[in-house]
Amino acid sequence: MLQDFSYIALFLLISIAFAAFMLVLPLVLRKLGIIPHKPSAVKSSTVECGLETTGRSWVQFNSRYYLFALVAVALDVMLIFILPWAAGLQVADWRFFLGGAIFVGIILIAYIYAWRKGALRWK
Amino acid sequence: MNWSLSPDWPGNFWLRLIIIAVVIIAYVMSSVIMFIWMERRVIARFQSRLGPNRAGPFGLLQAFADTVKILTKEDIIPTLADKLLFWIAPAIAFVPTLMIMAVIPLMNGLQLADLNVGVLYIAAVSAIASIGVFLSGMAGNNKYSLVGAIREIAQLISFEIPMVLAIAGLVIASGSMSVSGIIEAQNIPFILVQPLGFMIFIVAILAEINRTPFDLVEADSELTCGFNTEYSGMKFALLYLTEYSEAVVGSALIATFFLGGWRGPLLPGILWFAIKMFASFMFILWLRGTLPRLRIDQSMRLAWKGLLPLAFVNLFIIGLKSVFLPDLSLWISVPAYILISLILVMLWAMFMRKERQSFGG
Repeated sequence: MLQDFSYIALFLLISIAFAAFMLVLPLVLRKLGIIPHKPSAVKSSTVECGLETTGRSWVQFNSRYYLFALVAVALDVMLIFILPWAAGLQVADWRFFLGGAIFVGIILIAYIYAWRKGALRWK
Repeated sequence: MNWSLSPDWPGNFWLRLIIIAVVIIAYVMSSVIMFIWMERRVIARFQSRLGPNRAGPFGLLQAFADTVKILTKEDIIPTLADKLLFWIAPAIAFVPTLMIMAVIPLMNGLQLADLNVGVLYIAAVSAIASIGVFLSGMAGNNKYSLVGAIREIAQLISFEIPMVLAIAGLVIASGSMSVSGIIEAQNIPFILVQPLGFMIFIVAILAEINRTPFDLVEADSELTCGFNTEYSGMKFALLYLTEYSEAVVGSALIATFFLGGWRGPLLPGILWFAIKMFASFMFILWLRGTLPRLRIDQSMRLAWKGLLPLAFVNLFIIGLKSVFLPDLSLWISVPAYILISLILVMLWAMFMRKERQSFGG
């Protein structure tokens, strides 16, 4: 098991090196004079479909789905518990199944409550 | 003929790491090039055009020509952008897509690490790729990109839950959380055993990899390409690569979880895997050629009110069957469950229409 995870960790390093190589390549090519480098004020301004750029984008933004996100947190935690339950179900009896069903049922009550309250509506 | 490799082939830790890492990266890169070519040609045929056909035979070398062109483009960084995030966001988006391929067997034994928590690993790592896309949209300091980035997170939190619930159905049927365990259990492909899970999974994976009809994150016509508007040169190429390697991973997951992975008669496993992967991508392209883009509220509604209840029902039925009727003959259970799935989907579609009329959206 430990060996498997060490493969994953080392592969992570290899992938990062691969991505870093692709990011650094243009810098080398610019040094060699293959890629042009002539910055200007207009060129490095933000794209706004031809208009003059007004203001920054880091403003307060109504993301509209924070209620979805709150429900998602509850359900995401449930997923972590459901996967081991699912893996053991084949060798288990009905009591094991009932335990999982009750657990999911409690979460489902919260989900139905959120639905009835209109939290799952895009406002 | 026996096409399998032993789990510790070729016997040396470092040698195995290097060989399989190179194989995985080469496999992903060559699939990406084939996917780009395939997408352009096939979509062109859907739309009664010819598509790229000048560079090389059938336009096969078009992707290489594009690579050379994009590599020699000037690398522009907007003055208002967050420099650090702007640099590393494409890498954060790209690395996880490679990481997922590390646990997917390309053929029997050709798998870097057979994690016993494989499906949990896939769910966790695929979420990081979305965070990379989000960061790249946020770092450019562009309003269109920001809207695209926020949509990305909305899609991530919505579609991840039905996707993992559909995978949990597979975990019940195979009794194992490792990816190779799921493949071992597919004496007949899970697409037949769990048609409802397949439908939920394919819709959710389309949203996770931002393909049409869920390509709200880029939405060329409304957001001027969304999250990658500000990118140019090699950084844009890396984001483009991410998009297609996500498509590779998505097709590979469909092939592995529902079509039996490398398993198949006569041909070597890696060939079967590639055939199934390209068939899945062909299906994705077909959807792209057919369906218009959804609005964000429609997409969220589909995830929360359509897929999620169906995913719970699917899990419940599979759990019941696995506990109370473990020895039911496949000749009965497969047609019965296909029928039940179709009825459930139709009933739920009718219910959703009613719900929208009474609730108003």
